[in-house]
Amino acid sequence: MIAIIDYKAGNLTSVQRALAFLGRDSAITSSAAEVLEAERIIFPGVGAAGTAMFDLMRLKLDTALVDAYGRGKPILGICLGTQIVMDRSEENQTRCLGLIKGEVLRFPENISEPGGRKLKVPHMGWNRVKVMRKHPVFDGIDPQSEFYFVHSYFPGPRDTRNLLGETLYGIPFASVLTSSNLVAVQFHPEKSGRPGLRLLSNFCMWDGKDHA
Amino acid sequence: MLSKRIIPCLDVRDGKLTKGIKFKGNVDIGDPVQMAAFYYDEGADELVFYDITASYERRDIMIETVRKVAERIFIPFSVGGGIRTVEDMRLVLLAGAEKVSINSSAIRDPGLIAKGAAAFGSQAIVLGMDVKKVSPSQKIPSGYEMVIDGGRTFTGLDALAWAKEGERLGAGEICLNSIDADGTQKGYELHLTELIATSVNIPVIASGGAGAIEHIHDVFTEGKADAALIASITHYGTHTIKEIKSFLHEKGIKVRMTW
Repeated sequence: MIAIIDYKAGNLTSVQRALAFLGRDSAITSSAAEVLEAERIIFPGVGAAGTAMFDLMRLKLDTALVDAYGRGKPILGICLGTQIVMDRSEENQTRCLGLIKGEVLRFPENISEPGGRKLKVPHMGWNRVKVMRKHPVFDGIDPQSEFYFVHSYFPGPRDTRNLLGETLYGIPFASVLTSSNLVAVQFHPEKSGRPGLRLLSNFCMWDGKDHA
Repeated sequence: MLSKRIIPCLDVRDGKLTKGIKFKGNVDIGDPVQMAAFYYDEGADELVFYDITASYERRDIMIETVRKVAERIFIPFSVGGGIRTVEDMRLVLLAGAEKVSINSSAIRDPGLIAKGAAAFGSQAIVLGMDVKKVSPSQKIPSGYEMVIDGGRTFTGLDALAWAKEGERLGAGEICLNSIDADGTQKGYELHLTELIATSVNIPVIASGGAGAIEHIHDVFTEGKADAALIASITHYGTHTIKEIKSFLHEKGIKVRMTW
């Protein structure tokens, strides 16, 4: 069974609907025990880092996630979930889970595109992901594929071994992170058409081992 | 870099498309779910549903439509029309829409933008703007006035000032419709689009007037729009989304070509 972690951060039904379309059963849960029993875990989220961490700790989901990670369960972070796995976030100066070393940063003011036009924040819409190396979760996905993003903050991993995908928006930023049995994507695979569904489907079959 | 988005708009009344849509194969489809699936497969980047159901009691039909669409397509879509309260927003978002669009209800109650943004995040709140060109005056310095009721009622609000106010209140995006250009198929109102798109720091979807592929090109280059709303140009089979995107791609505009 796939546990979709519910910590009151945004609409989780879209992730569940995408999994249902792929023929995968999932349960939306805020129970730490259920998270630890699940075969694999999806950790989504929309909203602010401070509130999210507060709710995770209140529900004891922070320790459940760290435990599940330690036990080697495949975990997929999405959007805010991807930021929460880092050490800390600039957003509300929040201490996060610390599964990946590094800090979450805000897009700087006055980033611009090569033509000189000022770029808007949040980064919202379709953009490409340069996948740095082979990984089971990106298996069969066309390198030209684009994914749907909505965010103002992005993770800055300290160790480049955690950097699996990079996206350009005025500056290059880490859009996909990995650390052993954890993959975290800054975009929304459940809203990214066929390439996004492929990623979710790959994740559902992933054994949590990084063969790099 | 971000791709410019191509967004078909579907008008729905009582759970049915208001106009049966004819494609090159002359198929006439009245079911919004099938239509959404068709555009999803065709490479639309996002969809907009505009609910023109007259009676408030029949709103649950729209919610059911949204739910069915969300089970079938996996790109963002927004729903507009008749959303008056935070509770209306919640129902539409829980049914699976990514965004809600508010228009006249935001003019009547600007606090609705802020309340919606606080409850669901700015990314979920689209400010729909219906705009008409007028003579510039002290009250309407931009020469563009906000209108409601399909353009019949002038509000006395300057469109540029309203766009900035909407952003300040927490709208995450603006869908900018020129009542003058709407339905003409003679091209978007480029001056208006450029004025608003360069004055706010949130994305602007241009709407109204697309009749030829060149119009879409122009609204991205001259109009500086982030996305283009289209209707009849694809609904009646003049062009496919793929044709539109290929044209833009050849002209050097970044669009999503793989789906």
